[in-house]
Amino acid sequence: MSASTATIGRGSLVRDGLSDTFVMMKRNLLVWVRVPAYIVFTLIQPVMFILLFRYVFGGAIKANVPGGYVDYLVPGVIGQTMGFGSFGTAISLANELQKGTIDRLRAMPIARSAVLLGRLGADVLRMAVVTVVLIGVGAAIGFRFHNGVGGALLMFVYSILLGLTICTVSAFIGLALKEEEAVQGFGLIWVFPLTFVSSAFVPVQSMPHWLQVFAVNQPFTQVIDALRSFALGTPIGNHAWVSLLWLAGIMAVFVPLAVRAYRRAS
Amino acid sequence: MSTDDAIVVEGLAKSFGDVHALAGIDLRVPRGSVLGVLGPNGAGKTTAVKILTTLLRPDSGRAIVDGRDVLADPAGVRRSIGLAGQSAAIVDELTGRENLEMMGRLYHLGKRRTKDRAQELLEQFGLTDAAARRAKTYSGGMTRRLDLAASLVARPKVLFLDEPTTGLDPRARNDMWQVIRDLVSAGTTLLLTTQYLEEADELADRIVVFDHGKVIAEGTADELKDTVGGDVVEFSVDDDSGREAAVKAVSGLDGVEPTVSESRVISVRAGDRGSDRLVEVVRRLDDAGIQPQGLGLRRPSLDDVFLALTGHAAEAEPESGDKEAVADA
Repeated sequence: MSASTATIGRGSLVRDGLSDTFVMMKRNLLVWVRVPAYIVFTLIQPVMFILLFRYVFGGAIKANVPGGYVDYLVPGVIGQTMGFGSFGTAISLANELQKGTIDRLRAMPIARSAVLLGRLGADVLRMAVVTVVLIGVGAAIGFRFHNGVGGALLMFVYSILLGLTICTVSAFIGLALKEEEAVQGFGLIWVFPLTFVSSAFVPVQSMPHWLQVFAVNQPFTQVIDALRSFALGTPIGNHAWVSLLWLAGIMAVFVPLAVRAYRRAS
Repeated sequence: MSTDDAIVVEGLAKSFGDVHALAGIDLRVPRGSVLGVLGPNGAGKTTAVKILTTLLRPDSGRAIVDGRDVLADPAGVRRSIGLAGQSAAIVDELTGRENLEMMGRLYHLGKRRTKDRAQELLEQFGLTDAAARRAKTYSGGMTRRLDLAASLVARPKVLFLDEPTTGLDPRARNDMWQVIRDLVSAGTTLLLTTQYLEEADELADRIVVFDHGKVIAEGTADELKDTVGGDVVEFSVDDDSGREAAVKAVSGLDGVEPTVSESRVISVRAGDRGSDRLVEVVRRLDDAGIQPQGLGLRRPSLDDVFLALTGHAAEAEPESGDKEAVADA
C-alpha cells in the first residue's frame, strides 16, 4: 500500500497549519472565480456605485478636494465595498455550517484554525483584487492619486485592513446565525447605515447635526477619511490613528467572538 | 477492553436541553466488521456518530475509537477515522479530481501521493470519465460516491457512514451498496447509520436498533428477525372495500391481528406454523369470496422487527424532521 493512516504526513504544527490554511484559501478562491454570480456581486456592484455617483448624483455634491468629486468618491466607494464585500464571508460560513461541510473538515486531522483563516484569507485577497479593479475603473473616469506611490500604497493597506476587520465581524455573524437564509436577511442590514451615514459619498457636514455626531465618529468615516487623505495628500488630522484604534478595537472584540462561535457551531 | 474492537462505547449519554438524544448506550464493533445502527429520525444515531468522530462532547460515558479515547485524544481519533454521508465534503464548483486532491493536501500526503491516490479512488469508484467535470454536474449517486471517496483519501481504519443512501433512487442505492461491500471486504471497519431496514440487512454483520436514545435491540439480521417469531403470511387486495373485508376475514387467527403496510400489503404473523397458517388464510379468504394477490409466506423483514420491538413502524415516526438537527441544534 502506498499510504496508510500511520504515514499521514505530519510536519511541524506551524507548517501544517499554514499548508491547511492555504489549501482552504485556494479552494475558496476557486469557488469565487468559478461562480459568475459571485463575481458580479463583488465587482459589478461597486463599479455601478462609482458610475452612478460620478455621473448621476455627483454633480449635486460639493466636495472640496483637489480633483473634484471623482477624487472624493473613489476612496469612499473602496471603503464602502470593504463593508459590502464582507457579506460573502457570512454567507459562505453559514452555508458550509448548514451543509455539514465544516463538521466534515473538523472530523479531519487538520489545523483547527484553517477553516476560519482560509476563509478570511481568501476574502481579503478577493477584496484586494476588487480594490485594484475599482482604482482602475476610477482612473478611467478621472480619478488620480495626488500623494505619490507611498500614499497610494497606504490607502491600499488601510482598505485591506478595513476589509479584514469587517470580514471578521461577518464571520461571527455567519457562524452565530448558522443559516444561510437568516444571513441573507440580516447579513447586510447593519452595513447600510455604517457605509451610507459616513463620508463615503457626501461630506458629513451636509448632514443634519444630530446625524453628524454619529457620522463623524463611526469607524467607516474615520477609515474612509484616512483613505482619502492618503490618496489625495489632503491634511490627515488624526484619522490615521483613530481608524487604526477602531479597527484594533473591533478585532479585539470580534476575533474571540468568531472563534467561540466556530467552536460551538456544530 | 479487547484490542480486537475498533469501537468501544460505554454508557454514552448526551442531552440537548430537555431532549435526551443519547440516554446511555453501549456498543462494541470488532475490527473488520460492519455495525448497522438502525433507527428513525431523532433516535440518536447522528448524535452517536458526532461523538465518535470528535464533533460533540458526551455528557457522560466513554468512547474509544481505534484504541484512542475521543475525549483524551481527539486528534489521534481524527487520524484514524473517515466520515462520509450526505455529500457534505464536496465542493460543487471543483471537479471530482480537484475535490479528492484537496483532501489529499489537507491530509499532507504530498503532491505525488495526493495525485496517485486521487486517480486510484476515481478508478475504484467509477468516476474516471467524470473526473474533469465540476461536481455540480454529477448525479446524486455520483456525488455520494465522490463524497465517500473523499473520506477514504487517507485510508482510514474506521469508517463512519451517516445515512449514505438517504434520498437516493433505488438504482443509485444499489450501486452505493456495491461500493460499500467492496470496501468492507478489503477489511475496513464500518459503522453505518441508516433509516432503511433493508440497507442494514444488506450491509451489516450486526445491527443495533436505536429508539429515543437507547439501544432497544441488538443482533444479526437473522437473530432480530427471530424476535418477531417466525414467518409472515403476506398478500394484497386491489380495491379498498375488498381490503377491509380481507383484514376482517383473517383477523383473530390465534389472537394475531393482521397489519396493513403503507404499500397496502396485508401481513399476518405466522409463528413457527407457517404453512398451517397459510392454508388457514387461504381458506378464510376463499370463504369470504376474496381474491388475494401475491399470496405467500416470507421471512420477516426488519420492518416487522421494528414494529414488534417498538409498536410503531420505523419510517413513520411522527417528528419526521429532515435530520436529527432538530435535537442537535
